[in-house]
Amino acid sequence: MEALIALIIGVLTACGVYLALRARTFPVVIGLTLLSYAVNLFLFVTGRLTVGQPAVISDQAVGYTDPLPQALVLTAIVISFGMTAFIIMLALKARAELGTDQVDGRLDGGDAPNERGPERGRQHG
Amino acid sequence: MNLLFVVLIPFIGAGLAAWVSRFGRLQSAWMAGGVALASLIALAPSVTAPFLGETLVQRIPWIPALGLDLAFRLDGLGLLFALMILGIGLLVILYARYYLAERDCMGRFYGYLLLFMGSMLGIVLSENLILLLMFWELTSLSSFLLISYWQHREDARTGARMALAVTGLGGLAMLGGFVLLGEMVGSYDLSVVLASGDLIRSDPLYTPMLVLILLGAFTKSAQFPFHFWLPHAMAAPTPVSAYLHSATLVKAGVFLLARLFPVLSGTTEWSVLVMGAGLSTLLIGAYFALFKHDLKGLLAYSTISHLGLITLLFGIGTPLAAVAGVFHIINHATFKASLFMAAGIIDHECGTRDMRRINGLWRYMPYTGTLAMVAAAAMAGVPLFNGFLSKEMFFGETVTFSANHTWEWLLPSAVVVAGIFAVAYSLRFIHDVFFNGDPVDLPKTPHEPPRWMKVPVEILVAICLLVGMLPAFTVAPLLSVAATGVLQSAPPDYDLAIWHGVNAALIMSIAASVGGILLYVGRRPLFNLATKLEGLLDARAVFDWLLKGLLALAGAVTRTLDTGSLQRMLLVFILSALTLGTVGFLGGDAPLTGDHDLLPADAVSLLVTIALITVALWTVILHRRRLTALIVMGALGLLVSLIFVKFSAPDLALTQLSVEVVTIVLLLLALYFLPQHSPSESSRARRIRDIGVAGLAGGGAAALTWSVLTRPYESIADFFLENSVPGGGGANVVNVILVDFRGFDTLGEISVLALAGLGIYAMLKDLRLPGPTCDARGRPWNWDMHPTIMAALTRLLLPLALLVSAFIFLRGHNLPGGGFIAGLITAIALIMQYLANGVEWTHSRMTSNLHPVIGAGLMIGLLTGLASLVFGYPFLTSAFTHVHWPVIGDFELASAIAFDLGVYLVVVGATLLILVHLGLMHHASHPDEPEPSAPNHA
Repeated sequence: MEALIALIIGVLTACGVYLALRARTFPVVIGLTLLSYAVNLFLFVTGRLTVGQPAVISDQAVGYTDPLPQALVLTAIVISFGMTAFIIMLALKARAELGTDQVDGRLDGGDAPNERGPERGRQHG
Repeated sequence: MNLLFVVLIPFIGAGLAAWVSRFGRLQSAWMAGGVALASLIALAPSVTAPFLGETLVQRIPWIPALGLDLAFRLDGLGLLFALMILGIGLLVILYARYYLAERDCMGRFYGYLLLFMGSMLGIVLSENLILLLMFWELTSLSSFLLISYWQHREDARTGARMALAVTGLGGLAMLGGFVLLGEMVGSYDLSVVLASGDLIRSDPLYTPMLVLILLGAFTKSAQFPFHFWLPHAMAAPTPVSAYLHSATLVKAGVFLLARLFPVLSGTTEWSVLVMGAGLSTLLIGAYFALFKHDLKGLLAYSTISHLGLITLLFGIGTPLAAVAGVFHIINHATFKASLFMAAGIIDHECGTRDMRRINGLWRYMPYTGTLAMVAAAAMAGVPLFNGFLSKEMFFGETVTFSANHTWEWLLPSAVVVAGIFAVAYSLRFIHDVFFNGDPVDLPKTPHEPPRWMKVPVEILVAICLLVGMLPAFTVAPLLSVAATGVLQSAPPDYDLAIWHGVNAALIMSIAASVGGILLYVGRRPLFNLATKLEGLLDARAVFDWLLKGLLALAGAVTRTLDTGSLQRMLLVFILSALTLGTVGFLGGDAPLTGDHDLLPADAVSLLVTIALITVALWTVILHRRRLTALIVMGALGLLVSLIFVKFSAPDLALTQLSVEVVTIVLLLLALYFLPQHSPSESSRARRIRDIGVAGLAGGGAAALTWSVLTRPYESIADFFLENSVPGGGGANVVNVILVDFRGFDTLGEISVLALAGLGIYAMLKDLRLPGPTCDARGRPWNWDMHPTIMAALTRLLLPLALLVSAFIFLRGHNLPGGGFIAGLITAIALIMQYLANGVEWTHSRMTSNLHPVIGAGLMIGLLTGLASLVFGYPFLTSAFTHVHWPVIGDFELASAIAFDLGVYLVVVGATLLILVHLGLMHHASHPDEPEPSAPNHA
């Protein structure tokens, strides 16, 4: 089971990193979302894998999993959402101000022509 | 505890003084005066203590683990400085009320001034070295604000920046020195430090510690070679200069020398460094003062020179020299403050400070002239004025010191030269301004200032005279206790009389006076020479050069690393992380696999893993078709929440599930404004490189996870599991940790979420983006109205969804659930209304102003925490009780649920704020929405 989890985290990280290295904002945001899945999972499993023993105190329970990483990850999930939201808004803002969604430092490129054309027209019109 | 209030009152008053300025220009002056007076009154009960030989120490524990207490101390030295800061502060407040022009903002001025006053009081009353340093840095900051008060003036801004850079760097050095000192002694308390002189002086780290502390003192007190910031600080309004450069800011450095005198002095290093700096500053300041044409420039350099004199006295290191140093601190504060105020009056009345134009003012303002003459005479060291007494002691001390050294004539001659210049520049201040022909082309016709503007000068001049003529009846007791405070023992015998008979000091005084008069009379050729030499000894040029170099270096580094490409930055970041991880792993000899028992894998887990990996890879492969990739990614979030379910984390699964919904809605809304496709831009080589980097990163993460999971570990979980029910009153340990054990963290986290929400709101405000006119395949955008069945269904579902959310919220303390999850569910339920019914329909039924919701949530969280303080428990301690309700039965009431309510409100508010405003942008993006062409409408 540990190997499967390690594999999942590895694949999520690799996919996240690959997407984060793309030149447009949207794939970067998706990549960061994948990375945050990986990070949250990693943090969660540092409490080791326990099956069927939630940390809810009761008389019938035979044991409990470690609640601390869970508490950390719970807030981390919510904060990741806030971060994703913030970044995607930055992307929108950048597109409004710069007229492009590129993040590779080339400001001359602009959007692909088939999409840029009608939008440009709309902006001026 | 009155010392705490002495320091605290000006800080509170600073806000008040700024605030009351909205009720009228002069209100802040009254308020500032009242605040300074209140602080003085708070000091009053303790004033007698130093005279009785007591050292008051008042202490409130703050961070005891770091040796940092809110500890204050009042001995003779502290009392002297506190009286000067508050007394001269009051006079400056009165003076500034008449000095500031109509267009100057009084509230800001007095706010800054009080801030500075509080910081200075903090320095002189601190018992703890770290606390002292904090106030020290606060004086740097508040003096920066004061110097740059006239923000529209370039010279004010550069002058303030220079002062901040120099004194701030000095403060940094001093922090290092204090840490060394504290480590040597084992305590940061001054009482302990002051009693460990021998221990400190014999420490091997004595010299570096001394150098660091002296760097702090010298930069603050404008000692050579750090003197150059002081003249540039003259761009400040004159009341500020009168305050900062007489009794306060620059005196902080010499205060520190006096404060640590008993433990640091008495070594060769001390003598060489302190005397060297003092003597060179004394001479350089006196030389430049004579040749300045700017009235305040002259005073600025004379201040530098007098600070050098005081430093030199402490450098000599004998107890008697220290007494003379303290005495000169008092005298310099009085005459220099009055001189600055007189210069301010002249500037105010003439409209210029250039002494080449200001001449013959005696005819226009004889009264101010008389006051200025007295003060200048004190500065020159003329008998019957206070400056004479301390200067005589100073001359005497240099002779005594030199008697035991080779080249015994050197030091006395040097100080006589400085004395000659001091007499000459004092003479120039009077003769050039009040006599010497007629005014040249003044912007205004000068006349006497308003009555009350002269009062502060009169008081200070009266002190100069009284101390000068009747020292034994005026200053003697205060000087005695202050000297005791410096030496930490009874001071040696000294005589404050004016006439000591003919001795070396008297002869030096006479020589200085005669030489000064001769120098001034024969000044013409010297002025010509000085004009030629000007610019050769400009420390500012060096400072500018250094600063420019530093900025250029920083710019070059930034430009090399940051080319504006996020890809490049991320690549650097990922590669650095990979390198560090690899080096760390290869550097150790730990095996990859630990010896923890492994869980067997089952078929379902295997299936989920395969599904997850497939979906993740699909997301990457499809990423250029953005909408598809986004939907595929949604499945990924659901699979992750399955993992949480499997491994005993129902709370996480619920959270992940609801966050996933919100995230996908958010990204869908955002995608509307972005291109629907990513063009294929990366070259093949680029893609292969990225795949390589991604593979390495993924491999690293997997290896790390594997080695963590295969190792046994110890957890602090037992504490939480044991105390959750008895201590927190909840069976769901995860929730109890969030709202109780680690409630403070959660408060921080909801603050972050609130900030993210508000930040996004700020970004989206006024943002206009065009929406697409056609979809990814070129089909025209569909303007159909919202589907009726879905609209009706969501309306029906809303109460149910809210009920579920309330249920999840209430049971959260004992079963999986809680504020975070309930908040997300509520947000989703409300978002559904927007999605299904449209923005307008929903807005007519629900407010779009969500700021109060976020604010209320944060407020509830904070107040719940503060409530426990009221009951005498630490911040955010929770309380719970079981009440019996008829019919319903036992019901638990925990204060943590109030905190959870705060969490709930912030989550709802922030999530809705983000999504609703993004939705509103859609609405704005096509105002010409073709409503008539929508047949399904209504």
